[in-house]
Amino acid sequence: MNIHAIGAIYRFEMARTGRTLLQSVVSPVLSTSLYFIVFGSAIGSHMNAIDGVTYGAFIVPGLIMLALLTQSITNAAFGIYFPRFVGTIYEVLSAPVSFVEITLGYVGAAATKSIVLGLIILATSTLFVPVQVLHPVWMVGFLVLTAVTFSLFGFIIGIWADGFEKLQMIPLLIVTPLTFLGGSFYSIDMLPPFWRSVTLFNPVVYLISGFRWSFFGVSDVNIALSLGMTLAFLVACLVAVWWIFKTGYRLKS
Amino acid sequence: MQPILSVQNVSKTYEGGFVALKNVSLDLSQGEIFALLGPNGAGKTTLISIICGLVNMTEGRIAVAGHDIVADYRAARELIGLVPQELKTDSFETVWATVSFSRGLFGKKRNDAYIEKVLRDLSLWDKKDSKIMTLSGGMKRRVLIAKALSHEPRVLFLDEPTAGVDVELRRDMWRLVSALRAAGVTIILTTHYLEEAEEMADRIGVIRKGELILVEEKTALMRKFGQKRLTIQLTAPLAAVPPALAGHGLELAPGGQALIYAYGTTNGSHAPVSALFHDLDQAGLAYKDLDTEQSTLEDIFVDLMRGE
Ligand SMILES: Nc1ncnc2c1ncn2[C@@H]1O[C@H](COP(=O)(O)OP(=O)(O)O)[C@@H](O)[C@H]1O
Ligand SMILES: [Mg+2]
Repeated sequence: MNIHAIGAIYRFEMARTGRTLLQSVVSPVLSTSLYFIVFGSAIGSHMNAIDGVTYGAFIVPGLIMLALLTQSITNAAFGIYFPRFVGTIYEVLSAPVSFVEITLGYVGAAATKSIVLGLIILATSTLFVPVQVLHPVWMVGFLVLTAVTFSLFGFIIGIWADGFEKLQMIPLLIVTPLTFLGGSFYSIDMLPPFWRSVTLFNPVVYLISGFRWSFFGVSDVNIALSLGMTLAFLVACLVAVWWIFKTGYRLKS
Repeated sequence: MQPILSVQNVSKTYEGGFVALKNVSLDLSQGEIFALLGPNGAGKTTLISIICGLVNMTEGRIAVAGHDIVADYRAARELIGLVPQELKTDSFETVWATVSFSRGLFGKKRNDAYIEKVLRDLSLWDKKDSKIMTLSGGMKRRVLIAKALSHEPRVLFLDEPTAGVDVELRRDMWRLVSALRAAGVTIILTTHYLEEAEEMADRIGVIRKGELILVEEKTALMRKFGQKRLTIQLTAPLAAVPPALAGHGLELAPGGQALIYAYGTTNGSHAPVSALFHDLDQAGLAYKDLDTEQSTLEDIFVDLMRGE
């Protein structure tokens, strides 16, 4: 294992984050605060409690997930797309590193960043609503698992994308809608039966549901199913990354 | 002795069917400087990229110090440093950070003293905290060299290292190459400046349309393909080459003031020259001066590229 290489990539990526601290932390925190003000306080005060949880608190896990997913994908995608775009990727490709090490460095850094961000948003939310975390270990577990899985997904997008449009397309056109429709702001039990069934094909539902369970002990779907689906997506991403490096797809001619 | 780099029957067909390399084989021994010459598009960068792991070969086998570059890529790549043809740098990083990054990437433990030495050797030390984007093109090229040297490679690839760089950097570069060679580093360079290859390289390979058409010791190459031109300045102009000298293939210079004699230096035979002078005397031709020119590598190269 080339530990020095993993460390070098990881530190490089974290330094890049440090340079763009303002946009990478302030803007998600700001937008999340706006959600709390609008949905949590303004609208939430007219909403019934869901499963015994006040609406303001109910949306906290969903909002964290929304930020976690978007940020993980964007960070990881950009982290690998940029050296490809500029051409500096040549060095990583010519180095004595395995794909596992490259992935650990890039994905590890992107996941770290979004985990920290998730925790910052959680802390921010306590300024607006009282939040309790029933299963802190599971909460952190879901946070880490989701950050890693979606950073991996973003990493794949960053390799696949051959232009900035494609880089932005996936988070914008797929992830944001899936998150909004994944129960960030409501329990999927509130949907009509047909749409509830449709929603079960949305992987984000399982993430949000599991994450929310770690907070309040209530969930839309079985917790084991949530965990299973997340792990399945993680494995799918790992297989994709393995294939990319085996064939040199978009990396080598 | 085991070659430090062994390229066996390597071919490359790019996606889309373009054949960039055809059955290239080459062995380099430790510590030699090898210059790869060839016109644009000949496949020089492709060959280097394959050896460094940036491009997959279609066929063939490559080993670095006996380590197969595919099966045993870690051991092989640890030994290699690459300075790419194009300036590809991280704009926002500092010189120090980017060079330290390279060292870590190649699996080497942090060694600030060594990095400092590399930066000083390349006159980059006072720029170590500058962001790369603030550097000139020549300075960026130095940064790329520093990155390639950061992990103490045994084999260094310089892909057109002096294309478009200032005289000072070229001079520094050649000093560095000499120092590296003295330390036993094997260097493979591609260049368009043939006088550099002529001056620095121990061996020269010529690649044309993906085929390595020639690999030769530089001195042997000069001897084999080198042409000498002897110009005989006459005291009185001639209207035509005298029939008595017809056997020598002489040419009359425009104006008839000089005779030009071109001869190969193959097998070092000087007999034709003495025969010529003998015949000149016999014909009673008076001459006031002589002057010879030896063809440079550049002339040889142009001739090679012309001939199919
Ligand atoms: N990725 C690629 N896909 C297709 N053709 C390529 C690719 N890279 C290089 N080539 C072609 O291969 C040939 C050799 O290129 P290259 O190795 O860069 O030549 P050189 O370095 O000798 O100038 C050129 O004709 C070039 O157009
Ligand atoms: Mg080239």
